[in-house]
Amino acid sequence: MSEVSLQAPPSNSPLAFHRKMLRHKPLGGIGGLVFAIFLFCGVFADVLAPYGMNETNMQKVLEAPSLDHWMGTDHIGRDVFSRILYGAQLSVIIGFLAAGLATVISIILGVLTGYFGGKIDMLIQRFVDAWMTFPDLVLLIVVVSIIGPGVTQIIIILGCLYGIAGSRIIRGSTIAVRENMYTHAAQSMGARTLHVLWFHVLPNVMPVVIVLFTTRVGAVILAEAGLSFLGLGIPPPVPTWGSMLSGGGRTYMYVGPWLALAPGLALTIVVYSINVYGDALRDMLDPRMRGR
Amino acid sequence: MSASNILEVRDLQVHFPITEGLLKRQVGSIAAVDGVSFHIKRGETFSLVGESGCGKSTTALSVLKMQPILAGQIVFDGQDITDHSAAQMRAVRRKMQMVYQDPFGSLNPRMKVGAIIGEPLRVHGMAGDKAQYHGRIKELMKTVGLLEDMAERYPHEFSGGQRQRICIARALALDPELIVCDEPVSALDVSIQAQVGNLLMDLQDRLGLTYLFIAHDLSVVRHISNRVAVMYLGRIVEEADRDTLFSSPKHPYTKALLAAVPEADPELEAQRSEQLIIGEIPSLRSPPTGCTFHTRCADAMPVCQRHAPERKINGETLLSCHLYS
Ligand SMILES: Nc1ncnc2c1ncn2[C@@H]1O[C@H](COP(=O)(O)OP(=O)(O)OP(=O)(O)O)[C@@H](O)[C@H]1O
Ligand SMILES: [Mg+2]
Repeated sequence: MSEVSLQAPPSNSPLAFHRKMLRHKPLGGIGGLVFAIFLFCGVFADVLAPYGMNETNMQKVLEAPSLDHWMGTDHIGRDVFSRILYGAQLSVIIGFLAAGLATVISIILGVLTGYFGGKIDMLIQRFVDAWMTFPDLVLLIVVVSIIGPGVTQIIIILGCLYGIAGSRIIRGSTIAVRENMYTHAAQSMGARTLHVLWFHVLPNVMPVVIVLFTTRVGAVILAEAGLSFLGLGIPPPVPTWGSMLSGGGRTYMYVGPWLALAPGLALTIVVYSINVYGDALRDMLDPRMRGR
Repeated sequence: MSASNILEVRDLQVHFPITEGLLKRQVGSIAAVDGVSFHIKRGETFSLVGESGCGKSTTALSVLKMQPILAGQIVFDGQDITDHSAAQMRAVRRKMQMVYQDPFGSLNPRMKVGAIIGEPLRVHGMAGDKAQYHGRIKELMKTVGLLEDMAERYPHEFSGGQRQRICIARALALDPELIVCDEPVSALDVSIQAQVGNLLMDLQDRLGLTYLFIAHDLSVVRHISNRVAVMYLGRIVEEADRDTLFSSPKHPYTKALLAAVPEADPELEAQRSEQLIIGEIPSLRSPPTGCTFHTRCADAMPVCQRHAPERKINGETLLSCHLYS
């Protein structure tokens, strides 16, 4: 079974692929749908948001959800729904850029070590081992307190953090691909290493790359929320789900529970959806990765 | 070097390290190929036969310089390529191509058949313009008996025999002189084996190809070869032209191999002597002394344990066996 699906070429259209996913992995399909809605909201936040992200209205402080304010208002009268949308925008930016950076780092490290092996591989693998023994959060807190918070910093830190860890997975599948006779055939016909990597190794580790990227988006969004919650993420007044939770959310939780519920639920639903979508992608694209 | 030889291999030795423990400390080595010499004439099919693990593939890969060698000399098309760098080898590789045993693993599942067949052309910058490139791919597909419209499909849509045809078309793309076929039919159904074998022979006639043909199935070898060398534990024990080898095998190992081939005729099959080889193949980690075959040879003599036999000409045969000295 796994052999057959590994042999299959990429599905001809993403639409057909996702229709198939909805049929065979309904939960993952729905996860993908939520992921798409989240992306849409993030990209078009400026258009969709009924109020400005920092537009205050002192007449309407801590109002419960209503038709005017779908998710209520916060302690200085800002519209929570609009802030959730702008938070989504930031999550999308950080999620995609950091996960993108992480994936690029994973590909470079993983393909090089996996393909060439030998001493470089030994050295880099020991470094990755050492890197992975540090608890993520501790590492994040230390680095942020040194270089300071900010969108760029967060993207670079999270990109490196997950990129190095993820290189293991790419390395593993690169080794599997390298062992295939078609890479040998390309070498023996006189192809240069770059040709072999580009036309034979990369296309065949691509399913793993796609799955890795997707799951990383979820992980990065969660990590950013954690950092922002601790005040180490994106500095105010830019709304992020993490800082919304820790700011108004925590202080006014009993007076206005929606202040905590809105960002909390948004985060939970989005990350959960991305994860089940990632699982479904993995099952459909690369069954070997199960359990990683 | 005689001009009629496309390939000469002299005293080839390939060792693999035996490693132990986490640090991969080398504790010894196995001689997978231990002093192999042969030459292949232009336009002929030279076969290497022998049991699994006797070093056939390793020899083939060494010839293509895909395997580092310990000692020996490889002369291809009048050029000593033994010490060629990877860059120098690129030009040589155009003239030597390989067909693999596993028609499933040797085709990239994410490449269309046309792109696979045309890959050698692109690799060597010989694709020309679009029309030339696609024309050449069509021509190659026709040559090996595939339909033109199959170029847009992926390998998994093809049967084993068709896939092997794709591999052969790819190997032909650059008009090579030598094609190394490492068990090209042994993964195929018996009915398909003959088809692919015949295709190889037919191509040889039409294109003047030379084959280094590796197999353990002697009936295929008998069908396709001009000359045959029998390998045992990294050495060639007997080499002769096909008819000589099959009609009057000399080395006890060759005799045993031939006796193991089932006969099509049930009466002959019933008479076929069962087992001439005693016991299991010895480990390459500690090969037997003297003639390495003596542990399994029914005719072994005391001298066989002490001295390795020298290779001598015996009639039409090149032979390494004390029985004939
Ligand atoms: N890369 C390698 N590292 C270590 N040992 C190897 C390697 N390749 C081959 N060997 C060993 O060298 C010996 C010869 O192997 P080789 O693949 O040449 O045999 P073969 O005659 O082609 O066998 P088969 O019919 O199974 O293909 C075997 O004992 C094998 O285990
Ligand atoms: Mg072999």
